[in-house]
Amino acid sequence: MKQHARLMKILFSFVALTALCAGLIGKSALAHEELVLDRAPIVEGDKASLQRGARAFANYCQNCHSAQYLRYSRLTDIGLSEEEIKSNLMFSSDKIGDTMTVALDKADAKAWFGNPPPDLSVEARVRGADWLYSYLRGFYKDSSRPTGWNNTVYHNVGMPHVLYELQGVQEMSGEEGAQSLKVVHPGKLSPAEYNQFSADLVNYLVWMAEPAKATRIQIGVLAIFFCVVAFFVTLALKKEFWKDIH
Amino acid sequence: MSTASENTKLAQATQWIDARFPMTSLWRDHISEYYAPKNFNFWYYFGSLAMLVLVIQLVTGIFLTMNYKPDARFAFASVEYIMRDVNYGWLIRYMHSTGASMFFVVVYLHMCRGLMYGSYRKPRELVWLIGMGIYLCLMGEAFMGYLLPWGQMSYWGAQVIISLFDAISPPLALWIRGDFVVSDATLNRFFAFHVIALPLVLVGLVLVHIIALHEVGSNNPDGVEIKKHKDPITHKPLDGINFHPYYTLKDLVGVSVFLAIFSAVVFFAPEMGGYFLEANNFIPADPMKTPPHIAPVWYFTPYYAILRAIPQKQLGVIAMGAAVLIFLALPWLDRGAVKSIRYRGTLYKTAFGMFITAFLILGYMGTQDPNLWYVNPVSQVCTAIYFAFFLLMPIYSKLDKTLPEPDRVTS
Repeated sequence: MKQHARLMKILFSFVALTALCAGLIGKSALAHEELVLDRAPIVEGDKASLQRGARAFANYCQNCHSAQYLRYSRLTDIGLSEEEIKSNLMFSSDKIGDTMTVALDKADAKAWFGNPPPDLSVEARVRGADWLYSYLRGFYKDSSRPTGWNNTVYHNVGMPHVLYELQGVQEMSGEEGAQSLKVVHPGKLSPAEYNQFSADLVNYLVWMAEPAKATRIQIGVLAIFFCVVAFFVTLALKKEFWKDIH
Repeated sequence: MSTASENTKLAQATQWIDARFPMTSLWRDHISEYYAPKNFNFWYYFGSLAMLVLVIQLVTGIFLTMNYKPDARFAFASVEYIMRDVNYGWLIRYMHSTGASMFFVVVYLHMCRGLMYGSYRKPRELVWLIGMGIYLCLMGEAFMGYLLPWGQMSYWGAQVIISLFDAISPPLALWIRGDFVVSDATLNRFFAFHVIALPLVLVGLVLVHIIALHEVGSNNPDGVEIKKHKDPITHKPLDGINFHPYYTLKDLVGVSVFLAIFSAVVFFAPEMGGYFLEANNFIPADPMKTPPHIAPVWYFTPYYAILRAIPQKQLGVIAMGAAVLIFLALPWLDRGAVKSIRYRGTLYKTAFGMFITAFLILGYMGTQDPNLWYVNPVSQVCTAIYFAFFLLMPIYSKLDKTLPEPDRVTS
């Protein structure tokens, strides 16, 4: 019997190990194309950063990109009052319970950009924070493109670099295979300030993609705690009842 | 403290019901006086856990249905509405999406247990066949449910799988879709199947599975029949113990551990690194834009890998179907002298180990880009091992040098 138990254990650990390895390799395999992405330096839940991000989104993105699943009133979650939201962030609507839509006509957008600008409500769950951070900082001048812009992580992107007045103009230089970006005309922000601006915006996009995330993690701690307590209680009960089973 | 008169009142009420419905005898036959072998181990938690997940799926499913809209124009938005505007909608939705994957986790482990201890063999052939019915039903349920969020992976996954029927018979594929491409018509009928047709069948089959099991009695890790040795006076199996309270309490321990793992996923990693919720499924379905890499959810990937391993599409579809259905033949393929892997010889143990490994590798290959050089050859070798395990079983299980089975269960 002991020998069987050992055999089963070996078999089981072997299977578990295989599954674990497959999981680990698979995780990297499921990731996006093999791009070198910069890690987004964001602190989730940092309300000052989220508020700066919300302002950047309203000022720079929301002319073309909607966030049609997010209600303005939800911004109270990141520490803004209804008054602040109404006077600073609501340009296209006057009801706090409205969702963040845009006035841009879809047919016009298709004619101008090739594709209508996507809704950004859940974009961060599609791309991930690092991709977004690299994307916002990856625009460079490319005269072969209709808009005059290209991007390091989104090749032949349809969107022009709407943030160039902040970042300045970058150019791709160097030999093929070892190319790098260089700012040729500085913008209003220094490179460090622009990185912070991008990080805030990414932080906001990540929050917007799942506003319930903070609550989820809070409740999760309680749920796991409850399960652990339940485990010890049920185990003690089981042991008591099983005493006379041999 | 209950008084004597209260006790008589309760007894009277029980009698009243028992005269009209077999309440007490049902409770006795299936719970309090169902005798299960006393030597169940780790692998015996997954039957009750599968029932728990079924209940989780049914209850969360009902609440999702209250806010979900089965309409190609509103489906994606209604899921985001559930995630944001419905009170605890995110929790209900994550429980349902995690529950789908966990259902397959526990069912695969439950099936693996059946394979290891020969639970499919005489007299439990029907228990096994009904269980396979549940598995097939579950696959349909999962496949149709995955279309409902109406994201890119929902859409294109359904498109790819239904197009497999095109390889067999184009009118059949058209009949399933209700349109020439996956569309609103497909979404509506999949919704109907997912929320009522298949759950009804599933619940019915689970009941039949348990009735059949309780008729023949549970197998155990030693693969010996506990009914062979009964107490001469009480006629209870000597190695059997009452399901309640012994296994109800033991299963509660398993439930606590399971719920801890389940909660860890729901609350801390609902996407599970892209395995339970794929990133591309947060893009609304777009019939004009095919995603570069379409892979089914992890629980279908072993079969998907078998499909891709066969160069000719029609044969691939047949092989994929056969890979699922071949489990049905298992009770008649196994000619071993013993049931449990504990007493099997090296030959069977090697075959079993190779099969499990091949199944896991196939599952991994199914998630991979087929253009990678190793995906096809590795999948082909594993497909061969997969089928060889079943088709050669009548030979190697008979030749296998088994150990003598014990007369009674070991501890």
